[in-house]
Amino acid sequence: MTEPTTAGTSPAQVYLKIDRLTKKFGNFTALDDVSLEVYEGEFICFLGPSGCGKTTFLRAIAGLDIQTSGLVYQDGVDISALPPSERDFGIVFQSYALFPNLTSWKNVAFGLENQKLDKSRIAARVTELLELVGLPEQGNKYPAQLSGGQQQRIALARALATSPGLLLLDEPLSALDAKVRGHLRHEMKLLQRRLGVTTVMVTHDQEEALTMADRIVVMNQGVIEQVGTPTEIYREPDTLFVADFIGAMNQAEGRIEGTGITIGELSFAARDHGLADGASIVAAIRPEDIVPRGAEGETVANGSSANRITVEIEDMEFLGSFWRVSLQNPALGDTRLLADMSINAVRHMDVEIGSSIEVELPADRLWVFPAKTPA
Amino acid sequence: MSAPAANLTNRSAAPLIRPKTSKDDRIMLGFILVICLYLLITLALPLYAMLSKSFSTFAFDLSNFEFQVDAGDGWSEPLSAETLNQRLNKFSPAELATSSDGRLGVVDLFPDFSFRSPTMYRIRQVNLKSSFLFGSERVADTDWHEYSSNDFRRIVLRPSASIGLENYRTYFSTPSLFHSIENSLWIATLSTIITVSLAFGFAYALSRSTMRFKGIFRLIAMIPILVPSLLPGIALVYLFGNQGMIKGLLLGESIYGPIGIVIGSVFFTFPHALIIIATALAISDARLYEAAIALRASRWKTFWTVTLPGARYGLISAAFVVFNLVITDFGLPKVIGGGYNMLAVDIYKQVIGQQNFEMGAVVSVVLLIPALFAFTIDRIVQKKQVAQLSARSVPYEAKPHRQFDWICLIYCSLVAIFIVGLIAVCQYAALIKFWPYNLSLSLANYNFEVMDGGGWDSYINSIQLGLYTAVAGTLVVFIGAYMVEKINGFATTRSAFQFLAMMPMAIPGMVLGLAYIFFFNDPANPLNSIYATMGILVICTVTHFYTVSHLTAVTALKQMDREFEAVSASLKQPFYRLFSRVTVPVCLPAILDISIYLFVNAMTTVSAVIFLYSPDTALASVAVLNMDDAGDIAPAAAMGMMIFYTNVGARLIHQFVSRNLVRRTQAWRVA
Repeated sequence: MTEPTTAGTSPAQVYLKIDRLTKKFGNFTALDDVSLEVYEGEFICFLGPSGCGKTTFLRAIAGLDIQTSGLVYQDGVDISALPPSERDFGIVFQSYALFPNLTSWKNVAFGLENQKLDKSRIAARVTELLELVGLPEQGNKYPAQLSGGQQQRIALARALATSPGLLLLDEPLSALDAKVRGHLRHEMKLLQRRLGVTTVMVTHDQEEALTMADRIVVMNQGVIEQVGTPTEIYREPDTLFVADFIGAMNQAEGRIEGTGITIGELSFAARDHGLADGASIVAAIRPEDIVPRGAEGETVANGSSANRITVEIEDMEFLGSFWRVSLQNPALGDTRLLADMSINAVRHMDVEIGSSIEVELPADRLWVFPAKTPA
Repeated sequence: MSAPAANLTNRSAAPLIRPKTSKDDRIMLGFILVICLYLLITLALPLYAMLSKSFSTFAFDLSNFEFQVDAGDGWSEPLSAETLNQRLNKFSPAELATSSDGRLGVVDLFPDFSFRSPTMYRIRQVNLKSSFLFGSERVADTDWHEYSSNDFRRIVLRPSASIGLENYRTYFSTPSLFHSIENSLWIATLSTIITVSLAFGFAYALSRSTMRFKGIFRLIAMIPILVPSLLPGIALVYLFGNQGMIKGLLLGESIYGPIGIVIGSVFFTFPHALIIIATALAISDARLYEAAIALRASRWKTFWTVTLPGARYGLISAAFVVFNLVITDFGLPKVIGGGYNMLAVDIYKQVIGQQNFEMGAVVSVVLLIPALFAFTIDRIVQKKQVAQLSARSVPYEAKPHRQFDWICLIYCSLVAIFIVGLIAVCQYAALIKFWPYNLSLSLANYNFEVMDGGGWDSYINSIQLGLYTAVAGTLVVFIGAYMVEKINGFATTRSAFQFLAMMPMAIPGMVLGLAYIFFFNDPANPLNSIYATMGILVICTVTHFYTVSHLTAVTALKQMDREFEAVSASLKQPFYRLFSRVTVPVCLPAILDISIYLFVNAMTTVSAVIFLYSPDTALASVAVLNMDDAGDIAPAAAMGMMIFYTNVGARLIHQFVSRNLVRRTQAWRVA
């Protein structure tokens, strides 16, 4: 699964190699022995809750807060100890850090001046960049006169001006409102693909990561939990943390029994887990993976009767395109299961609060993780 | 677990990384070290010199000198001077204690001495700790030296130095000296209470009422900053002095002494207290007042439960700032203090009056203690104030209240009359021929050439000092603040710098000036050549007012996005390009504020420079003091008003330049 899915980069070349990176602030370990390879032209997202070390990771790659130990190679060169000014990257911060007293044009030109380029070349490049980010008319405005989204794009143009080999984005969209964010997400991804610049973006927004990244690096408490494509991360979570952090996930405590598992008084077949008989586990299934029996067109694929339980509808929440229903069965103990049911299924099966239906928890969608050891 | 992560993870220990410094970081470190060195040389080392001076005592060590006499019958046995002194009972130990410049003639130890006798004398020193002079020739060896009686009378003994608490013992056993501590504390405390109360009322009226003329009141309240602290003293002499205009109001009490010092202190510290308290009141949270109204609390109760607690840090901070200003001020008690001794004046008297530098150093150390204490408290409180400010609050907006607004207007008018009145009296005094006998107007008092104090040259010198200080000081302070704020790493150097930058605020001007004498006037100091030049005045003034300027710069720099430097580095731009294209233009208002602050203070300061000016570099503020000292009070007032008008002019130019520059360079702000 290390193969990137970027279209057209057949023999993927490692562009950025991070080897056993550790960053300590006093006694606090912000990054703990982290290794990663980023392929040329790839769009990588560091995703995790605040304080997980993702920004520290990015700043180490940029040389802004150099790691305590470990190595960073960019394009085969060891840049581990180099200051930012001797590395090759462009960066966009959450605040954009646009120079407030310079116009958009001058902001973008800032990195081009002082580089022995003649004025017409600079002008041509700035024009090109402003067109690239879709703001050809905004050159003579000051940052304060631009909307948040426009500022973000000027910051992006400025970062790309010197054609860096690596583009670093530190929460570039989180200062924007939801609608602009959705739009820019798409535009930035298109732009990145067009330029083919290797990009590392830090975000705490899973939707952003899932829609933009070629691969996602899920981080938690200074370590990498999982690296994978968005679908892998979503469909094949390696750890309970990943399963829980990305998307919605039902969780229930149970134990291994033979080849299956028990939750409360019920036994289920589940995915391979490699855990010993009797081990405490947490079983997990996504709401959309719970299949209501009898709904038209949603019968269980293999037709087996395994993993079917009868549940009572305890509550229903209307979410527009589907219903999220809360299910309970006394044999499951206190556990409540959330299931996403289509409008059609609800209508077809006459689902309402208090009624009972049969659902299946498909064994290949039922995840088993070792129970969290109490700290 | 994650496959790629597992594969890559080589369990051997990863190499520790020693970050390489960039060229920018090295240049910035160089700047920081240069400015650190500047502060060390102009602050730390002089203070150290002063401190060690306060512990040096000088006495004639008679046991170190031995004599032989040949009255024609061969050389006598060597006799020590001490033995001779004991035989004759000539000098008491107290008489043998002296200062570094003490001289003792040897012939006093020989009652039979006659310079006409053919007797020969020999003198030698037991060890090298002392010396003697033959004429002006210094002898500091342990050989025997032979002199005829005619030469022998030209020999004087020099004292030897020792380290000890002797000076402090003398200080605390001399009532006329140590009483000043009590006087200073008393005056400073009383002035603090009055000033803070008055300033609080003024600030309260400005922020909580809807009275008219707020802008004018704000302007008037700032006037005292523009004049030397001793100017109100001169006005008080005209009002309440021996021939005062309204002397009767004092009911027979004398203005020369505590009353005059306190009134004058209230005058010159008022704006300082007002700025701090007004800031504290301005950040009060309107939501608390709305809550108080909703709970039907009376205006009085709201004042005690919301307003006062909200402003408490501001009040405490203002109190310590005022206390510090009063206790370290020298000009005012010098002019109006009469025989009432205060610490800062004692330093002057010891050094200028009695040439007792060691005792001056002792008084300086004594004065440092309350000043350091007040400074420390103020810093602690300021930190809390900042924390309060960062909280999210809604600014309070006053609502009209007829009666309350009238009370506020009357109160502020009274304070304004006090301030404008004292200045007006000075101006009047400067323009009349001879108070109180000839009240016709004339410009005779502006003919400074015929007075003590340096004439018009001193005024020109002051303007020069102000300009040099503003330019050099702003450069040093802003560059220093930028480097220390923006450099990566070097935590130890940065905190050392920050400590040095805060120190000047705790050092009274008199102490700094005296410390400069000890340090720069030492012939062994390679920097000795700047002594008695304009250079030392500029350096001293920049250092004296470093802290406030530094804090202004740091505040402005902290408002800049922290990531500008990161972006600039990623674009391969050297830091100085970012500095000149972005940092300086964005911080221009703060830079101009620093320069006008330095200019105005250079024009008005007396305390530090009083020890450092030379005949060629006499200053206007010092001239005010010296003319007053010489009894030329009207010319002193005239010169004081010249300083005032110059500062007003400087402020107007500053405002004009700021506005124009801001329009050009800060167009983005109005965008």
